[in-house]
Amino acid sequence: MIWVDTIAQGILLGGLYALFASGLSLVFGIMRLVNLAHGDLIVMGAYLILVLVTLLGISPFLAVFIAMPLMFALGWLLQRYLLNRTLGDDILPPLLVTFGLSIALQNALLEGFSADSQRLPTSALTTASVNVGPITLGIMPLLTFGSAVLVIVALNQLFYRTELGRAFRATSDDATTASLMGIKPANIFATATGIAMVIVTIAALYLGLRANFDPNIGPARLIYAFEAVIIGGLGSLWGTLLGGIIIGVAQTVGAAINPEWQILAGHIAFLVVLLVRPRGLFPRAHD
Amino acid sequence: MSILSLKSVSKSFGALTVTDDASFDVPQGQALGIIGPNGAGKSTLFNLITGNIRADQGRIHFDGRDITKVSAMERCLTGIGRSFQIPQPFEKLTVYENLLVAATHGRNMSERAVRDDCIDVLERTELIGRANTPAGQLSLLERKRLELSRAMATQPKLLLLDEIAGGLTEGECQALIGTIKDVHAQGVTIIWIEHVLHALTSVVERLLVLDFGKVIGLGDPQQIMASQEVREIYLGIDV
Repeated sequence: MIWVDTIAQGILLGGLYALFASGLSLVFGIMRLVNLAHGDLIVMGAYLILVLVTLLGISPFLAVFIAMPLMFALGWLLQRYLLNRTLGDDILPPLLVTFGLSIALQNALLEGFSADSQRLPTSALTTASVNVGPITLGIMPLLTFGSAVLVIVALNQLFYRTELGRAFRATSDDATTASLMGIKPANIFATATGIAMVIVTIAALYLGLRANFDPNIGPARLIYAFEAVIIGGLGSLWGTLLGGIIIGVAQTVGAAINPEWQILAGHIAFLVVLLVRPRGLFPRAHD
Repeated sequence: MSILSLKSVSKSFGALTVTDDASFDVPQGQALGIIGPNGAGKSTLFNLITGNIRADQGRIHFDGRDITKVSAMERCLTGIGRSFQIPQPFEKLTVYENLLVAATHGRNMSERAVRDDCIDVLERTELIGRANTPAGQLSLLERKRLELSRAMATQPKLLLLDEIAGGLTEGECQALIGTIKDVHAQGVTIIWIEHVLHALTSVVERLLVLDFGKVIGLGDPQQIMASQEVREIYLGIDV
């Protein structure tokens, strides 16, 4: 029965990785921009929530709703005035600029908050659990997974049911023709990054509640996010959730065998999927 | 009353004059055909009308307003629609979504407000059966129809068609001509650049001939095609 429990924990952990990955996937899908600062932006979101919690004395679950519009605005401005300038036929400038942004963010956080690891304040809720048959599931992991599913459902609705979503897809398809139709790609891209930052904020909440964080953990979150996106197949959000689950399960199973194997097992699972299905489990044709 | 009027419009790229003192009027509701050899400046003329490029000299009036200095975006909103020589649909969006995007952004309206109009356009252009097909899966005729539909979805007063019949088989061409005639019958003014002459002359009421950027003939299609100057320049035939 310990194995069922381990796998259940892994699936729920996958929800967190899917949250890390959804914003990355959204930005890449719409403007082919690989944001290497994505992990650091998640960590920055966690610090923002921490500051709001400390200053206002409110619960992290409340603080996240104040942080979301702030992060949206930040994402919008970042895309509109910095990242849009790097987009073009050459894929190198966006990589260099976001890599630089990653380093700058890490150092800014280090300067502002020191290297001490922090944690968002926990309450009774964060340690509560429910018994489902033979296994015990934590309320927090369940909330995380539920949020990931909710985010993916919401993004799919946005993409396929709304005017903004169609503008996203039209711009993703052919930015030049979209601009002939009266769409302004620069603003569409800015809005997309803004929405990605809202998802980053949600991811930051669960990151900060689940474990300690410090200014240097961003790049590792970026790698989990990348792996989830690639396992799922670029452009498929449900695939991204499955990718997150595969990494999550591999990590918990690896940890159950030997605690040292946790991270390694996740990466091995990623490599195995890449060997068997180089384009991921749900490549874009199905999207 | 003329909906479009060009007065002494000129455009040069460096030493090359691509539009040379062009003046003509298009009456409301008329279909005007434009012919001319390759490089005569036909597409440039369209670009001047849509505002993609600016005239060096002369004035352009549309619908009673001087639009010489108005941006392409604003001209689209005031009712100048255009189809492109090479169809450029959003391949992953469905036919219906392609129209929705064009209509909402081209008319600056909400999606809800333009839905019925888009369906109406698709019925007129006989694409309604393909409404939910991704545009990337369409045949060439269907792509041309989509290009026409997309221009129509912006509800233009003036519709510019750029070699829309090129590359179609005879049967497909006839089908497309039928659709264009329907559109024209509903009162949309049309300017149509085309090399497929029989397609053009079966629709348009007037024909304009361009050569080296100059308007060298304008009038009844039969008379224009019969004129020796046009035959020599355009068709290269010694009569």
